[in-house]
Amino acid sequence: MADGKDDRNDLDTNGGVSRRGFLGSVVPAAVGVAVAREALSAPAAAPAVAELPAGEPAKLTLVVNGRTHKVLVEPRDTLLSVLREKLGLTGTKPGCERGECGACTVLIDGVARYSCLTLALEADGKKVTTVEGLMEGEELGPVQKAFVEEDAFQCGYCTPGQVMAAEGLLRENPEPGLDEIRHGMSGNLCRCGAYAHIFKAVDKAARFRKER
Amino acid sequence: MLPSFRYVRPRTVSEAVKALAAEGARAHAGGTDLLGCLRDGVFDAKSVVSLSGLDDLKGISPTKDGGLKIGALTTLAEVARHPGIAKGWPALAQGAAAAASPQLRNQGTLGGNLCQRPRCWYFRGDFDCARKGGEICYAVEGENTYHAIFGGSGCFIVHPSDTASPLVALRATVKVVGPKGARSLPVEKLFVLPAVDHTRETILAPGEVLTEVLLPPPLEGAKGLYRKVRSRGAWDFALGGVALALSVKDGKVASAGVVLSGVAPTPWRVPEVEKLLVGKALDAKLAAEAAELAVKGAEPMSGNDYKVPLVKGAVEEALLALA
Repeated sequence: MADGKDDRNDLDTNGGVSRRGFLGSVVPAAVGVAVAREALSAPAAAPAVAELPAGEPAKLTLVVNGRTHKVLVEPRDTLLSVLREKLGLTGTKPGCERGECGACTVLIDGVARYSCLTLALEADGKKVTTVEGLMEGEELGPVQKAFVEEDAFQCGYCTPGQVMAAEGLLRENPEPGLDEIRHGMSGNLCRCGAYAHIFKAVDKAARFRKER
Repeated sequence: MLPSFRYVRPRTVSEAVKALAAEGARAHAGGTDLLGCLRDGVFDAKSVVSLSGLDDLKGISPTKDGGLKIGALTTLAEVARHPGIAKGWPALAQGAAAAASPQLRNQGTLGGNLCQRPRCWYFRGDFDCARKGGEICYAVEGENTYHAIFGGSGCFIVHPSDTASPLVALRATVKVVGPKGARSLPVEKLFVLPAVDHTRETILAPGEVLTEVLLPPPLEGAKGLYRKVRSRGAWDFALGGVALALSVKDGKVASAGVVLSGVAPTPWRVPEVEKLLVGKALDAKLAAEAAELAVKGAEPMSGNDYKVPLVKGAVEEALLALA
């Protein structure tokens, strides 16, 4: 499964839609895919600028949770909207959509970031991890398990973002103290106010990860 | 959904300069401020020029003279955790660590942090304010809790950056590349007061890109810190703060950089305080005198007079911490 190609999103057979290969190949905007391949084999020919006109969909290769997806995106599409609406990965939540609440937190190349403030085109060539990607087969991953055991939520809406922020923190600092946990989780808001339990869950998750 | 725009990702700085010189082009470094502004309709972008393909502008490397070169696209997180910066230029490391939230520090860049737009709620909101080309600054008669007590004139924003004040205190320079070539200037000269032009925060002309920040070598006996006061313990902008970059020789202050944050439309250097400190031993009496001098001439508005004692206290406390 990992690194396999997801056929549902392979758009090669989807005729009639305006599309072009994008960014994987460095091409002048007005040149078609076939010509682009030629241009690549003759590097002096093409200006080294990749661009995409407003409103124009382009085919983007996204690696999410180890699977390669090909999706049509336009310049203004955020990673958040592509994950949810094109890939059906609705674990990542829209909250404020302006980088304040943290509900949309994902890992990009292993580092926690806000997917609402990331253009999908900016995730080109990077590895994206969402809350769905933390599962270990049918079992919850250590951070998810710790959140359940410590009852680290009430309504649960912010939880996927909290879990991803914790995952990012623990990858960077596997044994954080309470102060480091509070600091590391400060980019995620919880309107239910489950913070005390969240901090305990992150501490427990650190232990679960070590015991693995 | 964001408004529609053309997306351009140059592969070289000269291509970026060309793309940014186009009408309605906006630079995208980390994108965290740009996307928020576009979503809120603060301004439009005909094209978004993503600098993320410019790998030469990423990373931190020593310079021949013992200083440090920080590429403009280096993230705030990288600046905050770099052991060399924490040791030699602590005010900058602390400023970068105090900015925004962990996720934003992982994405936001040092260059972007210097070039970000102000957070004034009239500027960000649906108001045709002076900074957006309108007639008046709504903060003068309106809600001005978070506005300037120094340097306001026709517009009373405060500069939102936590790295700008440390960089001014450290006498850092920036390199800027534009259609007419490259130039270097002190970080202090990057910023524009409203009295000069209230519609812009930096001197960058269309097509100009900030490419690197240069830190001079640390002085002998260098000490520094960044003190940020905010409403919450984390993830908030400064109500007021101070960056200190001192060098101490034979028990006396040999040189001093003292720059306030969160109180003026630009990082607010207080040369009188710097002058007062030099040649003296730093003690409680001097710290109190310096703090008093730091807020001299403050012009608080109807809702932000709390900033005067706040900044005064922050300066005194910061100086004592280095004594």
